[in-house]
Amino acid sequence: MKSTFETPIVEKEEFVCEAPNDMKTSESSLSNLKYLIVGIMFGIVFVKAEIISWFRIQEMFRLQSFHMYGVIGSAVVVGMISVFLIKKFNIKTLSGETVEFHPKKFQQGQIYGGLLFGLGWAITGACPGPLFAQIGSGFVAVIVTLLSAIAGTWTYGYFKEKLPN
Amino acid sequence: MELLEFIKQPWPWYVAGPLIGLTVPTLLLIGNKSFGISSSLRHICAACMPADIPFFKYNWRKEIWNLIFVFGVLIGGFIATNFLANPNAIVINPQTIKDLSTLGIKDFNGLMPSDIFAPENIFSLKGLIFFVIGGFMVGFGTRWAGGCTSGHAIMGISNLQVPSVIATCCFMVGGFASTHLLLPLIFKLF
Repeated sequence: MKSTFETPIVEKEEFVCEAPNDMKTSESSLSNLKYLIVGIMFGIVFVKAEIISWFRIQEMFRLQSFHMYGVIGSAVVVGMISVFLIKKFNIKTLSGETVEFHPKKFQQGQIYGGLLFGLGWAITGACPGPLFAQIGSGFVAVIVTLLSAIAGTWTYGYFKEKLPN
Repeated sequence: MELLEFIKQPWPWYVAGPLIGLTVPTLLLIGNKSFGISSSLRHICAACMPADIPFFKYNWRKEIWNLIFVFGVLIGGFIATNFLANPNAIVINPQTIKDLSTLGIKDFNGLMPSDIFAPENIFSLKGLIFFVIGGFMVGFGTRWAGGCTSGHAIMGISNLQVPSVIATCCFMVGGFASTHLLLPLIFKLF
């Protein structure tokens, strides 16, 4: 009983992940291939710009290189302009839908979780994206990091109600 | 052929940053998807071990695009490293090399120092700290914060979200603290 009662609530209110699928129509496996291609391009950029490098992250946090600041900064500027243009001209998706944006609510977790992630970022030299690219690059030890990150995510879900959010 | 040589060079920030930024409109326009990577970790939990936890009880199949996307990132890493690799050693700021040498890093040739990331370190104290504990903090922290560098710093700030600015500042504060306070202590163990 309990589970059937909880599921719809979870889907309606709780499920506000930062990367939701807002497409109304469902997609075929073939259609999903385009996300694979975007992911591949993204992974190539990660490696070629050396964003996956532990050294680049160290340089960033030691203020000894502009590289990472330039990458994140220019990515944000391009992203910002794109979002502005999409909103301003009401640009539709390929299948003609209105693009959905999600306002984020302030929660304490953004502070505590943000700090915790920052601590881990400098130790592992990776945020979640580069983890996948590092594994693809053949750094097999990072498989352990990824599995542990999944375990961390799971543990957060387990204790979620007991944490300040 | 010359083009390939050109691509093999490390890409400067002003090429990589805008390309990463373009991922935002690309995902929005090809399928109404908001850019974010750490949610893939949640979908893996939801798919593999939901364990009746409300946080993992949702239709993860609807979000499968995100898992396909991160699998693409993995393949992209494989392609770039095996076919487009920079033939030269990585260029690191001499001061960074000096600082890290003091901590005990000796290998400055690749993208990752083998002192830490060699597979034989997996079952050692180094592995426990750098992979298990570090990875756990990344997974737990990003979920608690509701996103990582992609979801907050890039997608969130692109959409002018104040909570994402706060989260990004905290990522940076945590990173600085870790680099300057935690790492010197950690390296004393080895």
